[in-house]
Amino acid sequence: MENNRLILTQKLTKIYSMGQHQLYALKEVDLSFGPGEFAGLVGPSGSGKTTFLNIVGSLDIPSKGKVEVLGRQIETLSHKQAAELRKRHIGFIFQTFNLLPVYTVFENVEFPLILLGVPASERRQRVMEALEWVKLADRANSRPSQLSGGECQRVAIARAIVKKPALILADEPTANLDAQNSHNILQIMVRLNQELGTTFIFATHDEKVIGYLKRKITLVDGKVTKDEIFSSPPVMEGHHESP
Amino acid sequence: MSLLKLALRNLLGARLRTWLNVIVLSFAFVAIIGLQGVYEGMNRQAMQAEIDAEYGGGQFWHPEYNPYDPLTLQQAHGSPPEKLQAMIDNGLATPILILQGTAYPQGRFYPVLLKGIDPNQKILTMPSFVLKNHEAELPALIGERMADSLKLKVGDTVTLRWRDVNGTFDAREASIVHVMRTTVQAIDQGQIWLPLPRLQQLTGMNKEATLVVLDKDVKNIPENTGWVFKDQKTLLRDIQELVKTKTVGSSILYIILMLLAMLAIFDTQVLSIWRRRKEIGTLMALGMTRWSVVKLFTLEGALHGILATLVGAIYGLPLLTLFARKGWGMPEAVDSYGFAIGERIYPIYSGGLILGTALLVLIVTTLVSFLPTRRIAKMKPTEALRGRFQ
Repeated sequence: MENNRLILTQKLTKIYSMGQHQLYALKEVDLSFGPGEFAGLVGPSGSGKTTFLNIVGSLDIPSKGKVEVLGRQIETLSHKQAAELRKRHIGFIFQTFNLLPVYTVFENVEFPLILLGVPASERRQRVMEALEWVKLADRANSRPSQLSGGECQRVAIARAIVKKPALILADEPTANLDAQNSHNILQIMVRLNQELGTTFIFATHDEKVIGYLKRKITLVDGKVTKDEIFSSPPVMEGHHESP
Repeated sequence: MSLLKLALRNLLGARLRTWLNVIVLSFAFVAIIGLQGVYEGMNRQAMQAEIDAEYGGGQFWHPEYNPYDPLTLQQAHGSPPEKLQAMIDNGLATPILILQGTAYPQGRFYPVLLKGIDPNQKILTMPSFVLKNHEAELPALIGERMADSLKLKVGDTVTLRWRDVNGTFDAREASIVHVMRTTVQAIDQGQIWLPLPRLQQLTGMNKEATLVVLDKDVKNIPENTGWVFKDQKTLLRDIQELVKTKTVGSSILYIILMLLAMLAIFDTQVLSIWRRRKEIGTLMALGMTRWSVVKLFTLEGALHGILATLVGAIYGLPLLTLFARKGWGMPEAVDSYGFAIGERIYPIYSGGLILGTALLVLIVTTLVSFLPTRRIAKMKPTEALRGRFQ
């Protein structure tokens, strides 16, 4: 990784074929992210935010251009290599939480560690540690159906963070939450970013999330129109209390 | 935690849907074993009845004897060879003389086989002792089917005609002294049993026989007798062919039952993949490869088979054991089924049948579970996460 760089995209272009028409979801996007960033892609629906996260998260491949994530060229990875990259180094947080409904909170958070082959005793310790971070240790045996939306998203954060990945990609993480829960989970993510140095990249058009970002990248019609860096995010100046 | 544990957890998590499938599959499993057990029991009973009543431990045939050619019967008689005569004298074998004849019940004409049997024999289970020391000049024993065909009953007389050793026609009035009830049609339909010494005397075929039936327990089969030895296996070949034909019929039911159960599994898998497409996307996002997800879903389907075997064992074992002990009552209509079926059939469940069926259910369930999951292998994680199929 050159200059301790986590992600580099060069002329990243994604084209979807819609019958005879071609839809440009991303047009020659050049971006780079370093470790410990707390950045967000903002823009209206259809601007290419989720597509960018999907490609960086190795869930999709670019149509043109180059994407380097943790030193790996995404466009050259096989399905197996891409799965390996996601398994070891990337955590995902989704708008609809995407918890596994038949598993308990503990089992949901434990799942990534199982895939990594972490021994059972270590798994238990790390899962409980992750649940402590999101303040859900007392709900370890509950099932997702027994939790509120805010709690579900905290479980999803714990699941993403439990393997201590270098990168967490959060796609509209607050879209299904009320204001108070949104601030609660954002503060948890800020704390994890600060304490663990994990890079967070959001795709959002939620003003509450934008208020927490240290870097805001504006996408319009698949193109980067603005890339702003804040020395101190406005919301972190004490407008909101911790949960 | 292995993929197996994950699959089991998913399966049990689906609760009612899983148990409904498992119960349907277990019904098919128990029904297949039950039906196959009945067939096996029926076949064994039929073969045992044929051995007990007709074939014994094998037969020595006169060289001219061909049961499929009645024209050979006129020549197919002779004194049993010395070795066989010694066995007859020692009670290890019994001779039977067979002649082509004609019965005239109530003025009708009816071709029959006249069979002479030693009234004192104990080799075959038929009640030949009723022919012993009877007052009638020519006592005759017939089966129920024959009695029905000739409209005869005990005490009736019927004119019998045959050719003697010189080919001259001769006839006598025979008295029906007993009507036997037997499952073995081969000793009943078209046959009239007479005392061997009397038949030998009437035909001038003194001390002659057409075939000699050996006792079931005879181990040392005499060689170079000059007569043709037919072992049990050869004699049972026809019935075994018949069993094979019947087995094809039972296989159709077997296949229908399996198809119904497999349809339930296939349907569940298709529905499960459609319903859980977002979960599939999540599993891929968490780092599972497509083939790991395929394996997981296939395993979930295959576990239906294992659970069905366990559930089937819970109620199937006592149920099938009960049937094996009490037997299945057979309707009278099956008397025309083609071979000896008793009033009750006692099913036989061999280890091979149970293990084979369990293995078959497992393999077919796994295969049927796998077929719909191939779709997962073509899924894009991004599309799955959005809950879409390509």
